[in-house]
Amino acid sequence: MKLEFELDTYKSEIKPTWCPGCGDYAVLNALQHAMVELQLEPWNTVIVSGIGCSSNLPHFLSTYGFHAIHGRAVAVAEGIKLANPDLNVIVTGGDGDGYGIGVGHFIHAMRRNIDLTYIVMNNQIYGLTTGQASPTSEMGMKTKSTPLEGVIENPIDPIAVALSTGATFVSRTFSGDVKQMSSIVAKAIEHKGFALVDAMSPCVTYNKVNTYDFFRKRVYDLEKEAHDPTDLKAAFMKALEWPVMQRDRIPLGLFYRNDRVPTYESLEPAYRKGNPVKEPLGIEDPDELLAEFL
Amino acid sequence: MSKKDLALRIGGAAGDGVSSTAESFAKISARSGLHVWTYSSYQSVIRGGHVWTQVRGGLEPLLSHGTDPDVVVALNQQTMDVHQGEVAEGGAIIFDSDVVKADPARFRPTVRLLGMPLRKIAQAISPNALMRNTVALGAAVRLFDMDFRHVESAFKDIWGDKKPEIVQENIRAAKAGAEAVDQAGGSLGFGLTYSNSARYLMTGNEAMALGALAAGVRFHAQYPMTPASSILHWLAAHGPQHGVVVKQAEDELAAMNMAVGAGHAGVRAMTATSGGGFSLMVEAIGQAGMTETPLVAILVQRGGPSTGLPTKTEQGDLNLALGAGQGDWPRAILAPRNPEECFRLTAQAFNLAEIYQTPIILMSDLYLGEGFRTVDKPDFNVPIVRGMMAADGGSPGRYLRYANTPSGVSPRVLPGMKGFEYVAASDEHNEEGLLLSDILAGLPEHVEERRRMHEKRMRKLDGLRKDTPPPELWGPKDADLTLLSWGSTWGPAHEAILQLEEESVRVDSLEFPTLFPFHSDETLALLRGAKRTMSVEGNYTGQFARLLRAETGFAPTAHLHKYDGEPITWREIAAKAREVLG
Repeated sequence: MKLEFELDTYKSEIKPTWCPGCGDYAVLNALQHAMVELQLEPWNTVIVSGIGCSSNLPHFLSTYGFHAIHGRAVAVAEGIKLANPDLNVIVTGGDGDGYGIGVGHFIHAMRRNIDLTYIVMNNQIYGLTTGQASPTSEMGMKTKSTPLEGVIENPIDPIAVALSTGATFVSRTFSGDVKQMSSIVAKAIEHKGFALVDAMSPCVTYNKVNTYDFFRKRVYDLEKEAHDPTDLKAAFMKALEWPVMQRDRIPLGLFYRNDRVPTYESLEPAYRKGNPVKEPLGIEDPDELLAEFL
Repeated sequence: MSKKDLALRIGGAAGDGVSSTAESFAKISARSGLHVWTYSSYQSVIRGGHVWTQVRGGLEPLLSHGTDPDVVVALNQQTMDVHQGEVAEGGAIIFDSDVVKADPARFRPTVRLLGMPLRKIAQAISPNALMRNTVALGAAVRLFDMDFRHVESAFKDIWGDKKPEIVQENIRAAKAGAEAVDQAGGSLGFGLTYSNSARYLMTGNEAMALGALAAGVRFHAQYPMTPASSILHWLAAHGPQHGVVVKQAEDELAAMNMAVGAGHAGVRAMTATSGGGFSLMVEAIGQAGMTETPLVAILVQRGGPSTGLPTKTEQGDLNLALGAGQGDWPRAILAPRNPEECFRLTAQAFNLAEIYQTPIILMSDLYLGEGFRTVDKPDFNVPIVRGMMAADGGSPGRYLRYANTPSGVSPRVLPGMKGFEYVAASDEHNEEGLLLSDILAGLPEHVEERRRMHEKRMRKLDGLRKDTPPPELWGPKDADLTLLSWGSTWGPAHEAILQLEEESVRVDSLEFPTLFPFHSDETLALLRGAKRTMSVEGNYTGQFARLLRAETGFAPTAHLHKYDGEPITWREIAAKAREVLG
């Protein structure tokens, strides 16, 4: 059977400007494959990003996109989704964008369980600003902004944060495994509610520690170790394995999924009138509205 | 001269129910057919301190909350101490004689001291401590000879059918207050003839929320901040029934960015805040300018800088609004003068935002935003113009979202429209939306392209200048002094002009409902005949006067700058005018 939307459907004319070998190519590739799998209509899909190397991603897709300011992609995406809940809204960006400057929006969007998919290309470094420490840089890592002692603060653990904040789909993937990544991304988009895909996406230029090799030696698939993604407590234990408790084993795959939590949209009273962007303007009975002022 | 207005001032501690009692009196006055104007002086505390509200009612339209009150209700000793000397001649002060002591020497002659056991009277009816306010309210209503049925209807509105026993208790308490006045000499005998034809009563904030609803706002995001919060409160209570998504955001960064997203998605989107929150919004509002996203941002000013005076009024954020966001982007800044204009200009702001695909800023302040005023019935039949859209469906060909047009406005599409897919970017971009910021930056043809794109956006200011309300001159012909003002200062300025006219001092007023883009030609034409000019504004540096000078080269000869947190009064304007005119 011929698909309506092939891989090429989702490719724009713009060629990615990432460094050769950048982990973000795999994320773009995985996202395109997920879109083919789900047959997402490009015109009903909006990719929202912030600022950073990875945040250029919307330009390489043929869907609608919004390339926002640094750290605010999630908030912009929430506005888009709440205004038109019929759209597929996917947020893409980096660890600095999402876990650093934008961490407030990240947390509150999860708390709302708003129906967004958030793919964070996590390279544990600031790339576009040429190599400063990021909120996920490991302790001791020397960067341009930590040249003497290395990083002297703890890295954020996005998986544990997501689990504790109310995200209903929490996953980690790795650019060295596009197949798994694309399958997880497809599930994340399908999921009704906030879905986090923490995509470990090595920076080949500025991060000489967390390389493809670093991950290949440590990653393992949660599914193969019979992790139960409906068990929140087990998900927390798995989340703590890396980077909090040790450095040797890094779980990949689906940590947690809960389909029973209502989405923000399902509780929003305004939608009883319909989709805001499709409803005609005007008030049916202004006198009723004005009565309280008389 | 017969009296044409009345003023009641209620004072106590926060938590004493001052503002709700004053609101009831304002409602009773509006239902009596009076024009009403209120001002609340309150503090950034939930309990304690000293708060007071003045409610002025007039047979003719009012221009301010007035000065000396005819009746003061002193709920505590501090109110007595602070306000007893201000009660107007022929007026009265109501106080709980068991807990508050008056100093007769400090009163003007003919002021009646109405000490009555407010709490004891109330307690005979209900254990509710706030019931003593109702006793005082009833006393005030009787002093002004107002019709008691408005008291009953006000209570029914507050407690409704759900708690008829509370309505009845309050009516009894109010009647007990009225009887106490009767026993102590009866009404003040002002002889005001009430039409008893109810007027609409609302705050500037509510008028803005209503204007937004009339214009079809479908998304509002806000973080609580005094004095803008009541916009959020009103919309949260009433918006969803009309299909408005109302989102309390985690901060003002989110509020503005959510509004950007919603505006981009195609709904009429709004946010509101005060200066502190607006400071957090500046990067994101510039983003809307760059991505050509329509939205309306309300800035209700309070005393600054920093946390400043959260419960006090000021007009100190003009520079902030003018300069919000890095780089240049086209914006309009509108400054409604009164609730009617709050309604009308908010509705118009949505049209401007969508026609020009850029943020429109509405500037108000605490005095206008939180004060209650009677208004003519708002006309919801407002014009709705949604701006240029690219054709839906069909064969879009190579769609240029940011097409370089003579007006600077490019036909818009919304996500969901097939065939027009594009990426909106906060980076500089070309007509298609492709970035000029990375691999094209600095290449000769793209240097030129950047210039063209920047000019395209900024050309929208020409249209915005034509479509925004021009400055207005008001007052007697051949004035010797022209006042220059914006926003809420309008009322006190007009009142000063009317007072000065009685002294044969001729002053007029030039007002600016549009602050940006500046209407330089009209302004200079209106100022051509001006003999002397005086800027009147609520900030230290004369932010408006500086704008005027920057845009026109015209410098006012005198200035009245007020920055003590209190609204500018007609007395201050009149005094300064007399001084300037020698």
